[in-house]
Amino acid sequence: MKRLTSVIATGLALGLSFGAQAGTLEDVQKRGSVSCGVSTGLAGFSQKDENGTWSGLDVDVCRAVAAAVLGDAAKVQYKPLTAKERFTALQSGEIDILSRNTTWTHTRDTSLGLNFAGVNYYDGQGFMVSKDLGVKSALELDGAAVCIQAGTTTELNLADYFRANGITYKAITFDTSDQTRAGFESGRCDVLTSDQSQLYALRIGLKDPSSAMVLPEVISKEPLGPVVSQGDDAWFNVVRWSLMAMVEAEFLGVDSASADKAKAEGNPSQKRLMGSEGDSGVKMGIPADWGYNIVKQVGNYAESFERNVGAGSPLKIARGLNAQWNKGGIMYSSPVR
Amino acid sequence: MSEKPQVKSSPSFFNNPRNRSLIYQLLLLVGLAYFFYGIVSNTLANMEARGIKSGYDFLFTTAGFDILMSLIPYDATHTYGQTFVVGLLNTILVSTIGIILSTIVGFIMGVAHFSHNLLIRKIAVAYIETFRNIPLLLQIFFWYFAVLAALPSARQSMSIGEAIFLNVRGLYFPGLIAESGAGIVYGAITAAIAGIFFLRRWAKKRQNDTGQQFPVFTASLGILFGLPLIALLVSGIPFVWDFPELKGFNFRGGVTVIPELMALALALTVYTGAFIAEAVRAGIQAVPHGQTEAARSIGLKESKIMKLIVVPQAMRVIVPLLNSEYQSLVKNSTLATAIGYPDLFTVFVGTTLNQTGQAIEIVFMTMAVYFVINMSISFVMNRFNASVELAERN
Repeated sequence: MKRLTSVIATGLALGLSFGAQAGTLEDVQKRGSVSCGVSTGLAGFSQKDENGTWSGLDVDVCRAVAAAVLGDAAKVQYKPLTAKERFTALQSGEIDILSRNTTWTHTRDTSLGLNFAGVNYYDGQGFMVSKDLGVKSALELDGAAVCIQAGTTTELNLADYFRANGITYKAITFDTSDQTRAGFESGRCDVLTSDQSQLYALRIGLKDPSSAMVLPEVISKEPLGPVVSQGDDAWFNVVRWSLMAMVEAEFLGVDSASADKAKAEGNPSQKRLMGSEGDSGVKMGIPADWGYNIVKQVGNYAESFERNVGAGSPLKIARGLNAQWNKGGIMYSSPVR
Repeated sequence: MSEKPQVKSSPSFFNNPRNRSLIYQLLLLVGLAYFFYGIVSNTLANMEARGIKSGYDFLFTTAGFDILMSLIPYDATHTYGQTFVVGLLNTILVSTIGIILSTIVGFIMGVAHFSHNLLIRKIAVAYIETFRNIPLLLQIFFWYFAVLAALPSARQSMSIGEAIFLNVRGLYFPGLIAESGAGIVYGAITAAIAGIFFLRRWAKKRQNDTGQQFPVFTASLGILFGLPLIALLVSGIPFVWDFPELKGFNFRGGVTVIPELMALALALTVYTGAFIAEAVRAGIQAVPHGQTEAARSIGLKESKIMKLIVVPQAMRVIVPLLNSEYQSLVKNSTLATAIGYPDLFTVFVGTTLNQTGQAIEIVFMTMAVYFVINMSISFVMNRFNASVELAERN
C-alpha cells in the first residue's frame, strides 16, 4: 500500500512539475553563454575552419547577441543542425537562437511557435547547371533531375515554379547541402537548386568551379533571418536590436575601428547607439554598452558582409539588395532612441 | 442439539487476499491512467502555450512538394496524408524486396558453409565476416556513392539491346501497358498459381500412397508459363511495350528503378543476408549428426540429405531467428533517409515534419506504423514457427 501511494505521488509530482518556463534572457545570463543553432557547414553563413572556429554571416548574429548580453562575442556554443531538425531544436529549447539562413515564411512564423527577429540577408532561389548542358534558362529544364535539400522552402518553390510553367522534374532529396553538391558532381542530377547565396558557396566547393553556371532566373523571395521562440518578448527584443544595431552602425558610419571614438565623441545618434548616452541597455535588461560591444567585437553589417560573403571572401557576392536603403538596397534599421 | 459453533468467522473485507489484490490492481490502473493522461494533457498545454499547432488537420492540407518515386499517382497538389501513403508503400516495397533477397542469399551462404569444396566454404566465411562487421549506414553509402556513382551518365548509358539501360539515374527497362482484354491473362496467371498448389498436394498424396515421385518442379514451371501463354495467344496479345527513350535530359517511359532503391535494397540484402546465414548455420549445426549419418547410410545424395532431412529439422532453430532478422530489416530500412530514398521516414518524418512543424503527431503516427508492420511480421513468423516446431505431448 505504501509503495503504491509513493508511485502515485511521484506521478503527480512529475505531472505538475512540467510547464515552468523561465525567460531565455535570464537563462543565458545565468549560463554565461548563448546557445546558437547553425548549419552543418555552409560557406559564408556558418562554417567551421580547421581550428574549430565558427565564422559566417549567421554566426556573426549570434556573436552580436553574445556581445550585447554577456559583453563577450566569444561566449557562444554552436550546435550544427540539418534543415530537418532545426525547428524542433528551437521549439524544445535546446538552442536559444536559430541563425541558420532560415527563410521567413507565414507558416513558420505562425504555426510553429516561433518568431523571426529580423532579416540579415535578402536572398532568392536560383538554379545551377553544368555549362556543357547548353541550357540558358530555367524554362528549358523540362524533365531534368534536380538535387534539393530536404525539408526546405526550396522544395516547395521548385514544385510551384515547374507546375506554373507546365514543365516536370524529378526531385532528388538529400539531408545536407554538401550531399546535394556530391549528387550534382556525380551526375545524379542535372540541376542544383538553392538560395543564390548558397549556390555561389556550393560552386566554390566543386572540383571545377568554372564548369558550372548559375542561371539568371530568381524564382522566389527568401528573406533569411534569426529565429527565436514565441512568448519570450524580452529575448526577442535583444536579438532583434542586436541585429539592427549592426545595420544602424553602418548607417551612422561607425565601424569596429572607429567604435571607441564614436563612443567618446561621436554625434548624438552615434553616442546613443554606443550606449554613452541614453539608457537603451537598461530598458532591455542588458549592459548599457551593448551597442559598443557589438560594433567593437563583431563589426557593423558592412564589415560582417564583406568579411563573410563579400569582397573579402571567396564568394564575392555584391551587396545588391543587402546594401543600405540610401545606397540602392533595402537594409533599413530603426533608430536607437 | 448443540448450536453449530461458528467454524470460521468471516474475515473483514480487506483481509481477503482476493479483494486486496483486486483493489491494488484497480488503484494501479487508475494511477497509470492518470499518469498517461497527465503526460498527454501536459504536452498539449505546453504546445498551446508556445503557440505550436496540434491536431491532425495538416493531413488534409496540400503538400506542395514532389516525391521522387511513388507507386501510386502523386504530385505536389496532393495532401500530406497522401505523402504518408506514398512513403508507406515505398517502405513496404523495399522491405519486401530486402526480405525475399536476403533470405535467399542467407540460405545459400549458410548452406555453403557446409560444402565439401574448400573455396566455397572460405567464400561463405569471408562474406559473413565482412558484412556483419561493417555498420549498415557505411554499407549503404558504399553502394550508393562508390558503386552507383561510378555508373555512366544518361547520355552514355550501358544498354542491352537498346531496351534495357543502366546509368547513374537508374535502371530502365521496358514496361507493359495492358490494353482491354488483359483480364484473361491475369485470370490465367492466377489459375496457374492455384493449379501449382493443387498439383503439389496431389503429388505428395500420390507419393504417400504409391511411393512414386512426380516431377513437381518441372511440371509447375510448365503450368506457370504455359497457361498464361495460351491465354495471351487466345486474346491476341493485349499488351503493348513501353520502351524507355532518351528525351532531353533523361529517359522517359518504361519502368524505372532508381539507384537509391537499388543501393538500399542491395545494402539491406547483403547485410541481413550475413546474419541470416549465421542463423542457418546455427540451425544446421543443431541437427544431430546421427541424422546425416543415417541418411548417408541409406544412400541419399548430399543435396537430398540437406533438402529433405537436415534443413527441415534445422528450421526449428532458424525460424525464430529469421523473425528478428526480418523485423530488424524493416527498421533498418529507415536509413533510406541518408541517400534520399523516399521511404516513410524520409518523406513523412523528414520533409512533412519540417514543413508543418508538427513533430509529435507525425512521429507518433510513424512509430505506430512501424510497430504494426513488425507485429504483423512477428505474427506470421510465429504461425510458421508453430508449424515447424517439434510436436510435443502437452
